[in-house]
Amino acid sequence: MRGSEILERMADSRSEDVAVIGNTDLSAADPHNNTMTEEGVPLLKTMEISVSEAEKRTGKNAVSMQEVYTVYLIETRPVNTISEGLSAAPDSLWRRYSEFELLRNYLLVTFPYIVVPPLPEKRAEFVWHKLSADNMDPDFVERRRIGLENFLLRVASHSVLSKDKIFYLFLTQDDGWKDVVYDTGFQAKADSRLKALNATFRVKHPDKRYTELKHYSDELHSVISQLLRVRAKVADRLYGVYKVHGNYGRVFSEWSAIEREMGDGLQSAGHHMDAYAASVDDILEEEEHYADQLKEYLYYSEALRAVCRKHELIQYELEMAAQDLVSKKQQREELATGTVRTFSLKGMTSKLFGQETPEQREAKLKILEQQIVEGEELVKTSNAECDEYVRNAWVDIDRFKEQKNQDLKEALISYAVMQISMCKKGIQVWNNAKECFSKMSH
Amino acid sequence: MSVSTPKLLPSSGKKSIHDIFHPLSCEEAALTTPSPELQNTSSIGDKMAVKLLLLQPPEPRAHKQGDNGSLSQGQPEWVATDQKQELTLNTGFEMVKALLHSLIMKQAENKKDFGLPNGTPVDTSSPASSSSLLNRLQLDDDLDGETRDLFVTVDDPKKHVSTMETYITYRVTTKTTRTEFDLPEYSVRRRYQDFDWLRNKLEDTQPTHIIPPLPEKFVVKGVVDRFSEEFVETRRKALDKFLKRIADHPVLSFNDNFNVFLSAKDLNSYKKQGMALLSKMGESVKYVTGGYKLRSRPLEFAAMGDYLDMFTQKLGTIDRIAQRIIKEQAEYLVELREYGPVYSSWASAEGELREPLEGVSSCVANCSTALEELTEDMNEEFLPVFREYVLYIESMKNVLKKRDQVQAEYEAKLEAVAFRKEERACVPTDVEKCQDRVECFNADLKADWDRWQNNKRQDFRLLLTGMADRNIQYYEKVG
Repeated sequence: MRGSEILERMADSRSEDVAVIGNTDLSAADPHNNTMTEEGVPLLKTMEISVSEAEKRTGKNAVSMQEVYTVYLIETRPVNTISEGLSAAPDSLWRRYSEFELLRNYLLVTFPYIVVPPLPEKRAEFVWHKLSADNMDPDFVERRRIGLENFLLRVASHSVLSKDKIFYLFLTQDDGWKDVVYDTGFQAKADSRLKALNATFRVKHPDKRYTELKHYSDELHSVISQLLRVRAKVADRLYGVYKVHGNYGRVFSEWSAIEREMGDGLQSAGHHMDAYAASVDDILEEEEHYADQLKEYLYYSEALRAVCRKHELIQYELEMAAQDLVSKKQQREELATGTVRTFSLKGMTSKLFGQETPEQREAKLKILEQQIVEGEELVKTSNAECDEYVRNAWVDIDRFKEQKNQDLKEALISYAVMQISMCKKGIQVWNNAKECFSKMSH
Repeated sequence: MSVSTPKLLPSSGKKSIHDIFHPLSCEEAALTTPSPELQNTSSIGDKMAVKLLLLQPPEPRAHKQGDNGSLSQGQPEWVATDQKQELTLNTGFEMVKALLHSLIMKQAENKKDFGLPNGTPVDTSSPASSSSLLNRLQLDDDLDGETRDLFVTVDDPKKHVSTMETYITYRVTTKTTRTEFDLPEYSVRRRYQDFDWLRNKLEDTQPTHIIPPLPEKFVVKGVVDRFSEEFVETRRKALDKFLKRIADHPVLSFNDNFNVFLSAKDLNSYKKQGMALLSKMGESVKYVTGGYKLRSRPLEFAAMGDYLDMFTQKLGTIDRIAQRIIKEQAEYLVELREYGPVYSSWASAEGELREPLEGVSSCVANCSTALEELTEDMNEEFLPVFREYVLYIESMKNVLKKRDQVQAEYEAKLEAVAFRKEERACVPTDVEKCQDRVECFNADLKADWDRWQNNKRQDFRLLLTGMADRNIQYYEKVG
């Protein structure tokens, strides 16, 4: 790890164990190289990672215009130093959101069979009334910081993803990381949207499991979107209800001024009403956290969908290759036997312009043979690729399912806990108010 | 809470109120003994005597010399303060005194703690039967441990269809040990018209008192079905409160009209018959409106007026706020109703997560129900009380106005006296007395009202917070 500037602020500490830094190649067939320790241990085990700070910067963007953007401080520290009782200063570097995006795109292309963890939202969505949609808003920045940290931790704890060199460099190499990424040429390997869309409609033998998965991911996406939308509206209304109670506070205050015996009771009850109205801000802030957890899985569903799409593509290519092979074999047969089985241009032209010379035919046959051989190879590798893909993907999908169930259960539980605490607070406030009211007369 | 002593008025003249003869302030001795007597009295003669008394409230005044009948004299009033009253019998009142004497004893028996002279040992007449009646009454703190002898309830609304019209009647049940009533129990049916009549009568005959308000005759807001359960129930409750307040009032409850209202089988005939008799009295108590300018309104009443104005304002504000809250809660409810089912539909797509998701969904549904109940309760219990108080305040303001008029008249007369120099000092005294009496009433009533108000507030605040509690406890079922 390279040393870097010493910063005043220390990172959050997370205690994990030592991790592996490995180099993963693009095709799973190639062996791992440059492994430093045993395989199978995700990076997070050896290294502490955190996104601890956010800062505003100004600079010139691509079109040489001044812009304001936010950078996030990534701090890393090998765990062994901590366990030895030495708290060495963590290594750190600053990264922008766009760099995170670059990393993720790289991962998506490089590991298409993995459900890649999503980034926190680019723009604030599902915003309820009082919440700012401004990307510069400090609350938004804070939530994004947490989301980015979460992203890094998820990648770092993934058995496959964490071994990627680019990822490691992202965490450690300050300058020139971008160039390294571009050098991998991953962008060329990205599938075009059109190709993928094409595949979706043309696959003849879709894998049933994947079809189901596709449907599930679509449903998950739509249901979570709906949930987030409605939740935002609910939050809005709840806010309204609480805030109007604040008006009670004011009126009670005024009223208490004209009363004698009732005055004190009214006044303090009014204060409690004010407190009640104010409490909604905290409540809704906590709820945002729940919303963020839901959002993560919303975007996860997109990643899931991407895996399915990739599968469709591979499947489609396999089918195409197979089809191509069949037609080439057919052509060979036709040439060899000289019969024109199907209506073809060749048949037409030969009728019109006379048949080819034997030499010409020989040449064509030869070419065809080669193509067939190549085609067979292609089909074989495609098949293998497809199988491999299916296998790997399914492993990760299972892992993802586990993770999802776990995470969402926890999220729901904490949401419930939140609601309970909200109710308890409500009870408290109203009880206090009640006391004040009962003191109003003897 | 003790009643505040009415201040010495600048226009009162030389005598302080304590020196002024108060018809009710008979010798203390006379007051101490009566209760058992009267209580056990069942002789018709006495009852008749009392009844007679009740029927002719203002007339004693009419006998006073030099008295002018335009001043209202309410019913025989109760003693304003618990201080000993110096007694100076005025010839004009002698006649009255005798009649009133027995009535005072009746009053003492009632033991309203609105400033009765403490010399009176209050005997408890055991209240007629029902503890259930007791439970339904909203007992003021002060009446804890004391007993009433008149219990009134309104219930059992029924629709009556006749060729001319359709209307609702309510059953009015009375239980009493008072001797003014022939029977210890009554059960009659009355419709809103009758209540209205009663209130008008009370206002006419007891203009110095604050008459409790009736629920509104017509409800403007929304589509009102006069026969809808909700509306009828709300009205029934209000009518019940109305009668209870009158029954609790030491003076109003002895009003003859009230008696008739509670007991007569056929009210209509009485109404017609009573018209002639009562209209005469009504006239005699009518005020000359306007014309007199007030020299100086005593601070106290100015303060009261101001207070009432501001209070109305505050009540209005609270009413608006409560309505706004209800509206917001309704909108919140709408969203909640959408929220729950989304979890359900998610659950259907999931395997392991199905249960927790369904759980959340049903909890949200719970919340919706609870919220609905809360809103309903607020509407039915909470808001009407505010509106009622607004009405109450209006009638209080009217009383204040009348008081002002009395004072104005008094001042005018004072001037006239000064000019004419014919009248004896006792004339202004009479006027003064009346005025002071009015003020006593007002003060007492105000105190009474304040306290009552407190309790009412407390009651429905408790109701509100109780409801909030209930709501919240439902919420606790989430998760």
